[in-house]
Amino acid sequence: MATIFIDNAPRQANPKQNLLHACLSLGYDLPYFCWHPALGSVGACRQCAVKQFRDERDTAGKLVMACMTPAGEGTRISITDVEAAAFRAAVIQGLMQNHPHDCPVCDEGGECHLQDMTVMTGHRSRAYSFGKRTFRNQYLGPLVNHEMNRCIQCQRCVRFYRNYAGGHDLNAFRLRDNVYYGRHEDGILESEFSGNLVEICPTGVFTDATLKRHYTRKWDLQMAPSICVHCGLGCNTTAGERYGALRRVVNRYNHEVNGYFLCDRGRFGYEFVESSLRIRHPLFNGKAAIKREALERFGSILSEGNAIGIGSPRASLEANFALRTLVGSDRFFAGVLDEDLQLLSPMLRILREGPARSASLDDVEHSDAVFVLGEDVINIAPVMALRLRQSVRQAPMRIAAGLHIPEWLDDAVREAVQDAKGPFFIASPYATKLDDIATTTHRAAPDDLARLGFAVAHAIDDTAPKVTGLSPEWDTMIAAISAALLGAQRPLIVSGASCRSRSVIEAAAQIAWALRKAGRPANLSFTTPECNSFGLSLMEPRALSEAFQSIQNEPTSTLIVLENDLFRRAPASEMTAQLRGVQHLVVLDHLVNATTEAAELVLPAGTFAESDGTLVNSEGRAQRFFQALDHSADVQESWRWLREGSVAAGLNNEAQWQSLDDLITAMAAEIPAFRAIPAVAPSRSAVGKIAREPNRYSGRTAMFANISVHEPKPVDDPDSALAFSMESGPEAAPSSLIPFFWAPGWNSIQAVNKFQGEVGGPLRSGDPGVRLIEPSQESGWQYFTAIPPQFKAQPGEWLLVPIFHIFGSEELSRHAQGIAQLLPRPYVALNPVEASLLGAKAGEQIKVVVEGALFELEVALRADLPRGVAGLPTGLPPLDGVMLPAFCKLAPTGAELSARGAS
Amino acid sequence: MEKPLTGNFRADKEAVSLAEYERAGGYQGLRAALLMAPADVTELVKRSNLRGRGGAGFPTGMKWSFVPMGEDAPHPKYLVANADEMEPGTFKDRALMERDPHQLIEGMIVSAYAIDADIGYIFLRGEYERSYERLARAIAEAEARNYLGHNILGSGYSLILHLHMSAGRYICGEETALLNALEGKRAHPRTKPPFPQVSGLWGKPTIVQNVETLCNVHHIVNKGPEWFHGLSKTEDGGTKIYGVSGKVKRPGLWELPMGTPMREILEDHAGGMREGLRFRGVLPGGASTDFLVEEHLDTPMDYGNVQKAGSRLGTGTMVVLDDQTCPVGMVWNLEHFFAQESCGWCTPCWSGLAWTEKILFAMEQGKGSIHDLETLSFQTKFLAPGNTFCAFAPGAVEPLQSALKYFADDFRRHIDEQRCPWRQ
Repeated sequence: MATIFIDNAPRQANPKQNLLHACLSLGYDLPYFCWHPALGSVGACRQCAVKQFRDERDTAGKLVMACMTPAGEGTRISITDVEAAAFRAAVIQGLMQNHPHDCPVCDEGGECHLQDMTVMTGHRSRAYSFGKRTFRNQYLGPLVNHEMNRCIQCQRCVRFYRNYAGGHDLNAFRLRDNVYYGRHEDGILESEFSGNLVEICPTGVFTDATLKRHYTRKWDLQMAPSICVHCGLGCNTTAGERYGALRRVVNRYNHEVNGYFLCDRGRFGYEFVESSLRIRHPLFNGKAAIKREALERFGSILSEGNAIGIGSPRASLEANFALRTLVGSDRFFAGVLDEDLQLLSPMLRILREGPARSASLDDVEHSDAVFVLGEDVINIAPVMALRLRQSVRQAPMRIAAGLHIPEWLDDAVREAVQDAKGPFFIASPYATKLDDIATTTHRAAPDDLARLGFAVAHAIDDTAPKVTGLSPEWDTMIAAISAALLGAQRPLIVSGASCRSRSVIEAAAQIAWALRKAGRPANLSFTTPECNSFGLSLMEPRALSEAFQSIQNEPTSTLIVLENDLFRRAPASEMTAQLRGVQHLVVLDHLVNATTEAAELVLPAGTFAESDGTLVNSEGRAQRFFQALDHSADVQESWRWLREGSVAAGLNNEAQWQSLDDLITAMAAEIPAFRAIPAVAPSRSAVGKIAREPNRYSGRTAMFANISVHEPKPVDDPDSALAFSMESGPEAAPSSLIPFFWAPGWNSIQAVNKFQGEVGGPLRSGDPGVRLIEPSQESGWQYFTAIPPQFKAQPGEWLLVPIFHIFGSEELSRHAQGIAQLLPRPYVALNPVEASLLGAKAGEQIKVVVEGALFELEVALRADLPRGVAGLPTGLPPLDGVMLPAFCKLAPTGAELSARGAS
Repeated sequence: MEKPLTGNFRADKEAVSLAEYERAGGYQGLRAALLMAPADVTELVKRSNLRGRGGAGFPTGMKWSFVPMGEDAPHPKYLVANADEMEPGTFKDRALMERDPHQLIEGMIVSAYAIDADIGYIFLRGEYERSYERLARAIAEAEARNYLGHNILGSGYSLILHLHMSAGRYICGEETALLNALEGKRAHPRTKPPFPQVSGLWGKPTIVQNVETLCNVHHIVNKGPEWFHGLSKTEDGGTKIYGVSGKVKRPGLWELPMGTPMREILEDHAGGMREGLRFRGVLPGGASTDFLVEEHLDTPMDYGNVQKAGSRLGTGTMVVLDDQTCPVGMVWNLEHFFAQESCGWCTPCWSGLAWTEKILFAMEQGKGSIHDLETLSFQTKFLAPGNTFCAFAPGAVEPLQSALKYFADDFRRHIDEQRCPWRQ
């Protein structure tokens, strides 16, 4: 640390940082716009000017921009200096010159960084008396709204969109006080991270178009810390409610996980909560019932005995544990196909029994050589892709360091580094949107990807099994990849379940282990398909096939399905047949789907916004989400339904699990893997009350006056320290319970500065979450030896691989109103060479026979697909029950081709 | 009097051909330089005290000495001729390029050799089509004679020279914005440090020099720094191409000893004011320099003396204001140009110039208010050096701040009379 003097007071600062970073980290209020902790300094807005003095004798000093000046030892500055303050006031006056006086009708109002900085700087009345420049706004798609008249030209949007997130279709146009930030023409923003513009923009140019449909000011939102449920990464979010409806989701900073940014699926997927498919009341044989009736029915079904339960990779640990307790651990089955469990369990075993550590997303960003094996990261775990994009900047930082350019001096670093990128290799079945940063890319069928991985491992450590029969061009590539990984200080291997190949997963582990054996601190990062895939697997449920076996054996059995659409996991005909043997099908879920339609009793479960619970992300980090909404009388947490059902059936007494904390305590005692779960967040009694509502929350006494003029008593939350009220205890909320980021004078999301020890660093009371998975310290691990044979294309057959879509492949976000407009149409992707052999042209319909089902699909040409491989968009109806990869037959629509595949 | 830069100019204003250029001793400087070590060329230029002719006047040899040299130096290195001559009132580089294109090319090759550059660019103003044609032909001729290209004249040194025409923005004349433009990026200036000498074009060591500066280099190599000193009347070496525009009898360009007094240029060379007009002031070095007035006419036109008088030598091309022209209107015209050419990067510049321009226009329209004078004066301080990202805005308000000083009464009359007194 360096000692710097701020207004003559000696303070400790990080000398590798700039003065703005130092001042904010020390708690000073110094206004800024163009700087952002994740984007660095460019010195454009001139708002953070301070007076710098040569030494204690220098009284004249000179103005410098704090963001552009290093916080070197002995630096002397004044923030309060009259000239500096006057200059900052002049800058804000300039910024406000063209800014419309439209705060009352602006969506940003009340959480606007420009408002905050204007007030902080003291600019009150406008001297500028001329006309303002105006713009035509653009249609940017259903997610982000554009209002250019508010722009203050801080450059952040394009810096984030282009430099940071790798987007191409947003840019700065024109010049003077007339710079236009937009697309070359109206159209949907192409970046998967476009929603971050809403938070990156310091004012209301880019705002949340989904919030606009049901707008509420930040100060009127009842908010709670939440966890994104739309992929396995577990990004931290803040969910906001008003009038009983979920209004929006914003980023919740967690240094180790999502940092400052979310993907658009995570930010805008929340609208499924208010979708027309929501189940708001219990259903008995398709008819609406009230809670009491439903519980009676549930109780009587349960008292018949013989119940088995199918858990869920998208339900909380608590819900799964409640089901497991209700039916017994030997009657609790995985909510995923055996094939998928056979991917998840090995991944967990690899991360717990092998020597390589699972990487946090912060580790991912700081890796200096990466090999992605089999994953389309941007469509499967989007925020990881954003972090990976930054990782290729690690190695070339040496160039900047050689020129004495500090890392935060963003434009200078980018000029010096130019297109230099650290080693980054992608081997995947088809081209991905990270290919532009890759050193080399390689496309192959899953088995060949695994062979490539095993061969790289062998090249790193020749005691790892050798792969025979490799072509010479592979050898060059293998040598390049292994050399780069061995040469790195923090190598990372990324893989996961997306190829649905155990060999690919084992090959990825093999590489990381070989690196570990060679003394390199290699990390492993697996993607998981759903938000609690690892959590479910850690419970060691029995295989799903055994559940169906059990149903066949006990024809009178009751099946309880927890938050799980089984029809997405297998073809409908197969699943219908399996369920035929069930006497009572009880389903707990929140959206109507084929499984709820098949149920005798449907219990309306709370979504992430209406319940609390713990999810284990793909890092192995357990994180808790909390209720933002006080749910309606008929909706409640799955675990509560299950508990109340068991009480109604007389299986348990009332005293069991009065609150979430009771349940968590029981779970920690029962399952060794979850021993640390209580530490994920403080229990209800451990801390004082924390208000979910900001202290400017309005209308509390009036908002329900149309129903009753008597102000209702605030609803009690038995499950957490968070209160459905504006009243907080005196102490600061622990980081896992921060309902929203706000500090006096800091109403925008940038108030997070005030919650970090050092700006851009961990949250002051530690980043939320507890890692449940750590690598083994023992050296007893063994290399995998099962190397698959080379993939051989069969004449007349194609291997259909899943193609992932950020919008469409995930079950819940598909039903969000905004995202629903962005779903692709079902298609089959073919290599143009093979399509021409079939006589198929792009856009034409073609017959696809796979796993006994026949589809007529539009042909999409993808030159990046390997020979003998075709692709289907996974998770998209009507293809969502198709198990991929699988071999298929293809024929023109006119040809005779039956579902059996015989022509 | 020796005129190394313009001595070869043809009376018919056609370009000096390669044969004519060679007959007059052309490419001898290059031949001499190729026999020297690059560091010795730089040393000669340092000793000559050649300073940049683009406006800032930075010592050329010193600038070159910051370029990493030797085995470990990054490559390719670049030499860029800043031929984006867009300063209002300035047209000296145009004359050099149109009338003696080989002189620039030779100067560039010698300069490139001194810093061991691999690639040269001429970044040419978008409107200079005649310069483009003549330079393009001269480059082809030089390549054919192996003055350019691989293994120049058997020396082992190679240089590729590209001619690039700007898409046309004033800010591209700022050397780092120029580099961004050459890279195909938005032309806003870059952070300094790092300076282009170490991290310039595509992140590689780069020297950017004004055309007139480069045209001097091979002469210095050929004839020595002492000769170069001897050309000048002051401590700044060499000749200078001075220009005069405005309502004088003979506007034009003259190559004269550095330090020639302003009065001599205006009266002896430009012929003084047109009949019936009185001199009121002059922008000594282009639009972005402070006005000087009658009392300064005996100032020697060199870097130090013009600065002492309260302005800058700039490009050395003067714009004269007469008594029949409204100074407020003239300043509005300039500020209109500058407001329009602000790249939009830093707040003081884009906001301050836009506001300034609007006030001046309102004054000209008879809508000025007494508070406007405070605002104008405030803007000149707000846009001071160091407050803005680059030197563009401080330069842009130089004519305004000096006009407020020297022509205060004229501003007051616009406000008091609610009209422009020069308009009917």
